[in-house]
Amino acid sequence: MMSKTWQKPLLAVLLLLAIAFPMIAANDYYIYVMSLAYIMAIAAVGLNLILGYTGQLNLAHAGFMAIGAYTVGILTVDYGVPYWIAFVIAGILSAIVGFFAGLLSLRLKGHFFSIFTLCVGFMIYLIIEKWDVLTHGTVGIIDIPAPTGIGPIRFDNTWSQYYLVLFFLVVSLWLMSRIVHSLLGRAFIAIRNGEDLAETLGINLMRTKVLAFVLSTFYAGMAGALYAGFVRFIGPAMALESHTFDMIAFILVGGIGTLFGPLLGAILLTWLTQSLQFLQDFRMIVFGPLLILLVMFFPQGLIGYWRERQARRAAASMQDRRLQRSVIGQQQEVGTNA
Amino acid sequence: MLEIQGLTKRFGGLTAVRDVTTTFERNRINAIIGPNGAGKTTFFNLVSGYHKPTSGRIIFDGQDVTNLRPDQVARLGVARTFQSTTLFDKATVLDNLIVGHRLRTTSTFWDVVFNTGRLKEDEHRCRAKAEEVLDFVGLSSVAHHLAADISQEERKRVAFALALATDPKIVLLDEPAGGVNPEETLGLAELIRKMIRKGLTVCLIEHKMDMIMSLADKIVVLDHGEMIAEGTPAQIRSDQRVIEAYLGADYAAA
Repeated sequence: MMSKTWQKPLLAVLLLLAIAFPMIAANDYYIYVMSLAYIMAIAAVGLNLILGYTGQLNLAHAGFMAIGAYTVGILTVDYGVPYWIAFVIAGILSAIVGFFAGLLSLRLKGHFFSIFTLCVGFMIYLIIEKWDVLTHGTVGIIDIPAPTGIGPIRFDNTWSQYYLVLFFLVVSLWLMSRIVHSLLGRAFIAIRNGEDLAETLGINLMRTKVLAFVLSTFYAGMAGALYAGFVRFIGPAMALESHTFDMIAFILVGGIGTLFGPLLGAILLTWLTQSLQFLQDFRMIVFGPLLILLVMFFPQGLIGYWRERQARRAAASMQDRRLQRSVIGQQQEVGTNA
Repeated sequence: MLEIQGLTKRFGGLTAVRDVTTTFERNRINAIIGPNGAGKTTFFNLVSGYHKPTSGRIIFDGQDVTNLRPDQVARLGVARTFQSTTLFDKATVLDNLIVGHRLRTTSTFWDVVFNTGRLKEDEHRCRAKAEEVLDFVGLSSVAHHLAADISQEERKRVAFALALATDPKIVLLDEPAGGVNPEETLGLAELIRKMIRKGLTVCLIEHKMDMIMSLADKIVVLDHGEMIAEGTPAQIRSDQRVIEAYLGADYAAA
């Protein structure tokens, strides 16, 4: 679909830019903000699998991120478990909870599924807030240890943590790229296009949707675990649906159902929010209309818009019957509407 | 090939299909006709597993499929098309078809993660199948067009191709010629004959009587959920109840 010849060089340049970023950045604070954007991007990449590729709007995504973060927080602070063991458990636990939540909630379709997951997310929030013996309640968990070093590499400063997060971002995107470009990814997309048709093609709806759900919650759990080790303070509010909506905004801006859309959205919106800090709460006055304009003129998001143009150009160069054909197509459309 | 025994489906107080018993022979074109709301699409939904029947049995190839899910029925070799097919408009026609053969492959999530030989083999087979069925329905020339840019008739053919990609034994076609012009209808009728020559069995719902009468080996007539007649086109054309319920005097045998 896309011309693949310059795709790899472009990716290499982007990766080099990401690697060079800490050297270009004016101060550590910028590196910190960028790392946070990457962590949110990992969570959003996961959400994009179930929302963008499989067509199921899961509003509990922030809740699963919180499960990952709290697993790391509780295990490292209260039980002295080493960070990396807690990190692995966080991903697995989020996926296990995701499996049961998915099994239950995916019995519902469309809006009903979304409303149900809204409740699931709120339940996760309530459990974290009320079960203070385990979760420290409203106080949150403070002094979470930074990721322990691996061999000679230590993760005790912003620079090294930036590269750690970047590493996981690259792995996340690489794995997601494999998934969505495989037969499995095609099955997810078929479900998004139409569940009835997908089922007719022999796709087991429940099993495929639950798999997408579990994978997306695994991503959320990993992002949460990274967040806990990076910010080193977590509170129950991170499970709230407003954070899911942030991630949905990243996906919409960057491009729903595209590999790099969530990343682009996370970076753009994070920096936009940063640069509007001086407006304090008034920044929403700038933010809101901007989002509306974007959704009006780029409903597929920035990468979605760019890819559609690419795909059209590729199709046009394949055959120049296109013009003639689209005229006929329009006539027929008028015919069916009449 | 396909045996229907006392099939009934009630939605609350409405009986959409009432006690239908019939058989569809192998390698024949079977048609289901009847006025709007006669229960034709519900009948398809029952056979393909979307609805569980209230009572009755469906036997496909000697196997009871009455309570199977749609994907299980598809695996056994029952394919269907819908009145309108939702394609992924931003991908090419060929891209849209590749998933159609997924049910005949075995690679799992772990094959995807480790990019195994089995996955590559499966993807290769699916692509080859997509090209094969696209050629069969005569659309190789638009393989690389965006699905958004193809005509209504081409969309119908893509729907056929998707159904064929599942390697079916029987294909259920829901209004295959709905919304296309008379000339294109002839082309689609020829495509259906081609499917029969390939050894498939076809069962279709259609309102275009000229097409049905010249195409079908057997016609089943539904009215208010009940089967009021079955037989060859000649028998149906002279059946008094069918003329009253559906055909009107125009189609009465001269």
